[in-house]
Amino acid sequence: MKIDRRKFLKMAGFTGIGLGLSAADIFVKDTAEASSGHSAVSTAAVRHAMVIDVRKFKTPEDYQKITEACHSIHNVPTLIPEKGNIRHEIKWIWNVPYGQAFPDQVNHYHPEAFKQKQFPLLCNHCDHPPCVRVCPTKATFKRPDGIVQQDMHRCIGCRFCMAACPFGARSFNFVDPRPFIPARNSEYPTRTMGVVEKCTFCSERLERGLQPACVEASNGAMAFGNLNDPESEVRKILKTSFSLQRKPELGTMPSVFYVIGGEEYAG
Amino acid sequence: MYNGGKIIIGLIIFIALVTFPFYTNMGKTSEQPAALTSSPDDPHIGGLKIGQMRSEHMKILDQWRDEVVRGGERFITFDGDQYEKSLQIGCLGCHAKQEFCDKCHSYAGVKPYCWDCHFAEGEGQL
Repeated sequence: MKIDRRKFLKMAGFTGIGLGLSAADIFVKDTAEASSGHSAVSTAAVRHAMVIDVRKFKTPEDYQKITEACHSIHNVPTLIPEKGNIRHEIKWIWNVPYGQAFPDQVNHYHPEAFKQKQFPLLCNHCDHPPCVRVCPTKATFKRPDGIVQQDMHRCIGCRFCMAACPFGARSFNFVDPRPFIPARNSEYPTRTMGVVEKCTFCSERLERGLQPACVEASNGAMAFGNLNDPESEVRKILKTSFSLQRKPELGTMPSVFYVIGGEEYAG
Repeated sequence: MYNGGKIIIGLIIFIALVTFPFYTNMGKTSEQPAALTSSPDDPHIGGLKIGQMRSEHMKILDQWRDEVVRGGERFITFDGDQYEKSLQIGCLGCHAKQEFCDKCHSYAGVKPYCWDCHFAEGEGQL
């Protein structure tokens, strides 16, 4: 087949237009997603989520009992800060003041009591978890039900996930944790030196039909359920109360929500 | 042969050292782990026989580990009863670690790294 110059130029032109249109199509979709401020949300049947109603946390004991419930069940070496190096501390659920929990909310005129208020933090079990992306061994992975799980058997301790997590939810075992566990729970393993660990949303308890340990100990201040079920308890709370997610601008889509209140509740 | 005497003495010492384990253990019978009383053909759990558990437990535990940790399939049903595919709750729920795991492992000189994280009840309390 012989193509003259005229025919070749025509074909090249149409090909160019075609490619341009398909590129434009991608661009339009991208901007639509970007302008809504949200990347695509999980449409799985189950996406586990937690709602923490900080209005119901009033005394230091309210915070202490959820941390204690979690750390004692999961053999977290809580004695490291007092008996070891504070920089080797392991934490699954811990407290920080408002400004550290929500560093993007820079409002200097919040009520003073509110700025002082402590917020319980834990792994956000993000819908788009950056820790899962960077894990070179797929030790950290996202389960179909939304839980970001870590397989300790595969963890090589590279700590990429710790660098990737914008919430500081992960701790590394710099030392053998066993001497720092006050009382071991024989129904849960300890960890070994050289692995990273974090909150698991109590996946082992969920599989036995129980609620996460912190939710159970919170006396109603925390709720847990399926975010993708419009009738679930978490969705009902989120529908009726104003809530915040940590660092939403990063687009990781956390599954932990904080119900906050006005001054009458703060402090 | 230069220095023949020294070489021969050296060789004798060398051979004596190398063969030391053989002649010290000669004629002795090593003590096998306590007799495993049940028959290898008896059923154990999930369609597996006891003999299979003895010879293949490392592979089975590996497989269960992946099913539980990565698949979230924590339970196995056997004869209508539900068991947890868990070293600490499942295996050690019925068996004592010292008798059940450690005896054979130390006889065979195996040091499985299971025990870096997993442990038996009452072990290593502060």
